[in-house]
Parts: sequence; structure tokens; C-alpha cells
Amino acid sequence: MIRLSPFNVVSLTLGFAFLYIPMVILVIYSFNASKLVTVWAGFSTQWYGELLRNEAFLDAAWVTLRVAIVSSTIATVLGTMAAYTLVRGGKFFGRTLFSGMVYAPLVMPEVITGLSLLLLFIGIGLDRGILTIVLAHTTFSMCFVSVVVSSRLVTFDRSLEEAALDLGASPFEAFRFVTLPIIAPAVISGWLLAFTLSLDDLVIASFTSGPSATTLPMKIWSSVRLGVSPEINALSTILIGLVTIGVISASLATKRATLRQKLDAQVAARPT
Amino acid sequence: MGQLERKRGGAPVAMRRLTLITVPYLWLLALFLIPFAIVFKISLSDIALAIPPYTPTMEDGLWALLSQLDFENFVFLTEDDLYWKAYLSSLQIALISTVLTLLVGYPMAYAMARAPEEWRPTLMMLVILPFWTSFLIRVYAWVGILSSEGFLNQFLLWLGIVDTPLKILNTNTAVYVGIVYTYLPFMILPIYAALDRLDGSLIEAAEDLGCSRLEAFWLVTIPLSKNGIIAGCFLVFIPALGEFVIPSLLGGSGTLMIGKVLFEEFFANRDWPVASAVAVILLLILIVPIVLFQRNEQRQAKAEK
Repeated sequence: MIRLSPFNVVSLTLGFAFLYIPMVILVIYSFNASKLVTVWAGFSTQWYGELLRNEAFLDAAWVTLRVAIVSSTIATVLGTMAAYTLVRGGKFFGRTLFSGMVYAPLVMPEVITGLSLLLLFIGIGLDRGILTIVLAHTTFSMCFVSVVVSSRLVTFDRSLEEAALDLGASPFEAFRFVTLPIIAPAVISGWLLAFTLSLDDLVIASFTSGPSATTLPMKIWSSVRLGVSPEINALSTILIGLVTIGVISASLATKRATLRQKLDAQVAARPT
Repeated sequence: MGQLERKRGGAPVAMRRLTLITVPYLWLLALFLIPFAIVFKISLSDIALAIPPYTPTMEDGLWALLSQLDFENFVFLTEDDLYWKAYLSSLQIALISTVLTLLVGYPMAYAMARAPEEWRPTLMMLVILPFWTSFLIRVYAWVGILSSEGFLNQFLLWLGIVDTPLKILNTNTAVYVGIVYTYLPFMILPIYAALDRLDGSLIEAAEDLGCSRLEAFWLVTIPLSKNGIIAGCFLVFIPALGEFVIPSLLGGSGTLMIGKVLFEEFFANRDWPVASAVAVILLLILIVPIVLFQRNEQRQAKAEK
């Protein structure tokens, strides 16, 4: 294997330092005893305690979690259906319009999506709250799910499905026992993507929510506009920790799955 | 055939296919296309002291509605300096940040593609991990670093490079840093994908034929990773153009970006017709890079076949 040249080592080191130092500082200073976030005054976990006693943050976190779970689940179902239609649908009336509507939200500025949905909700007289945020999040994240799932469906070997049908499976059974297990990793990553997009969204939620529902990013936003606060550092640390655990365990799981597949393939290839 | 299908699976195939198409289709029509039609309609309306704060509304009847629509708001946008400057400065900020992201991202993608095979999944994960972390938090992390008593200034003062703290937060420089930081993974991944596919023997051939390393890089590596570079640049440029969070949090009062103007026009001034007109123009500006990006992707897909 080629060894990395000094130039490559330097660019990787600097690049990753740039990506990670801000987050590391955030994590370290969440344990700072001082209210002044840039002066170190000893180790303390008091900000975590205050965060857990802050009802407004807890309420917002609960709203965000509910919105994310519901919207990403609906988005996964709709996005998978849309991917099926795009890859397998053949020709149908308005196909170009449909694929345009699936891809456009991916590049649409959030301010425009948020504004247009808000004007719709006001136009039809729908009270803004959790329901409207769920509708908005479902709409843009189903498009992301659809892109992830259709990239898997394109490489899918259709003869497997046909074989199942020939052997007497109903179309639903063929989908349930053949297609779904094969596209499952894409469906799961689509769901995870939709879930994080929803957890993360500030702009669209600000437009589509009403006074009855405040999400965590909205709460964070209103407090960081006033400057750096140690409580937000503590909250960020918790979120960064959860994401790190999630991503690492997901990548370990995929690694194990590919290893098992390789082993299976070796076993199958062994002459009997 | 229809009967056979019915026996096996319940609903006939045609019905099932129709449901499969109709449900996501109607959802997107109702919650994506119709809202845009509404934005377009309101951009042609006038502001009014009413609820909703514009006129005419659907209740005035279709004819009154159509006859009262005009392009006044668009004329207003061309007359008021603020909007022109905001569009131009958004384009400028997005362009500069895209170039900066490329300058940071390309060497990283290059080094990743050159790294030993067993490191690559880990390096990949290190690039993707920040992408899963909250966008808002990553931007917020820079507030504490760039402020006048922040970590960067403390560090520079300690080194003795500067005597007085630099003003970085609330300037365009901070916005560039924020955009490069948050969109770096979007630049690295497509370039890495292109460089990873690159056949190393081509570079060896160029070197055998008398190219210096730099020439081989410039004449072989860069052209062969062109599609990755183009894709990465669009993936940074397009969202950066309509960015709202980064200019609001890191930029100053002098930072004009159209996403921020739209947000303020809507929430602070409550001028819905003008906000809608701003959105329509932003969309028109975005169509050009989006179409170019699509073409690049299609050409690439065709080349792979």
C-alpha cells in the first residue's frame, strides 16, 4: 500500500482539527463551573442539573421527539412508495412533474419551503401546532427517503421477485419476504435521515409552528441569539454524545453484516 | 390475468399500482406544489391591514382576484436598493464560500483516497459524523470561538500575533467560516467518490512519460475528478445561497443575505406580499444552478454506463 505523503498527512490533520475542535471545545466548556463560557473555573456538572430542571427545554425536547418519530415514519412509508413509483412505475400521466416534485425539495431553500407551507396552512385555516410541523417535516423528508431508497431499488435484481411470484407468493408476500429484506438497509437509513432532519430543523418549524408548539431547535435558537450560554453547551454535549453513539454503533453493525455476508459467500463457494 | 392476481393477492394489480402512485403524488401536490402556487399568487397581491394581511383574497371572487393582481411588488424590489444588494451579496458570499470549501475539501478528499484501504471507512465516518450532528449546534460552536473574547482571539493574543482582539464575529468572514464548516462534508464526499474510482496507473503512466508529480496532478488527477468537483460545488453553493441560520448567528448587521431578508420581511415587517415576491425571485435565481447540476449528474450517469 502507498504510504501517505507528508502533505496528505498535514491536510488530513488540519482538516479534521477544523471539523472537530469546535465541538471538542463545546463539550469541554459544558463542564465549566463559570457562567462565563470562555473562562475556565474548574470542573462542574451544574449546567446539566439546571438543564434537567428547565421545564421549557424538556417540553421542547418532548415535542421535537414526537414530531421526529411520527414525521419520519410517515415519510419513510411515503418516500418508499415514491421510490417504487419512480423506479418501477413505468410511464404514467404526469411522471415528469412527479419526479420534479420529489427532487425539488432537496435543493429548495428552507425559507421558501417554510413560507409556502405557512401560507397554505393559513389559507385553509389549519391551526398551527404539532400537526402542521409534522405535515411540513413529512413533506420534505419523504423526498430524502425516496432518493435513498430508489438508489437501492435501481440495483435490485428483479428476477428474485419474479421467482417468488412464480413459486406462488402473492405480490404482497413477495414484497414482504423478498423485496423488503433486501431494501431494508436503505429504508432504515432513510428513516434515520428523516429523523435527524426533523430533529435538526429550525427554519421550517419556525414558520409552521404556532404558539402551542415549540421545538428544541426553536428553543435553542431563541437562547443562542442572546449569546453563548453554558446550558446550551450542556445540551449540545448530550446531543453530540447521542449522535456519536448512534453513528458508531450503526457503522459497527454494517461492518458485521458485510463480514457475515463475506463469510457466507466463502462457505457457499467452497467445493463440496 | 386480472382474476388470477385477485385470487393471489387481494386487490388487483392495477388498483395497487394506482394507490402506490396516487398517495405520494397527491401528498406532494397538496403540500409542495399548491403552496408554491399560493406564494406566487400572494407575490402579486397588495399588503393590507387585515387577516390575512394581503388583498385580494379568494373571498373577493375569482374575477376581482385576477383583475387586482399586479407586479407591483416586483417593481418595488427593483426600486429598493436593499433587495438588489441582498441578492448580489448572497451570490457573492455563496460563491466565495464555495471556493473556500473546495480549497479545504479537495486536499482532504485527496488524502482520504490515498490513505490505506483499512483506514478509509474510519475516515469516511469522521467526515459523515458532523453531518448527523445538529446543524444549529455546529454553527453555534463558532460563536464562542470567533467572538472578541473568544478562543481564537485568546490564542492569537497569547501567541503575540495580535495586540488587540480581532473583530471576526458579526462580519462576513465569520459567515464564510460557518458555511465552509457546515458544508464541508458535502464537498468532500463527491470528490472522494470521484478520486476513489480513479485508476492509479494513469498517474504512474503520466509520470513515466515525463510529467512531474505536480503536472501529473494538474493534467490527470484534476480533470478526472472534475465531476466530483462540480457536484461538490453545487451541493455547497445551492444551499448556501438561501442560508438563514449562518448569516443570522455569525454575520453582522452589514451581512445581507436573501434568506435573512425574507425571514425578517415576513416576521418583523409582516409584509407577506413582498416576502413572497422575494421568494419567487430567489427561486428563479436558483433554477440556473439546479439545472446545471442536474445536467452534470445526468452526463455522469451516462458516462458510467
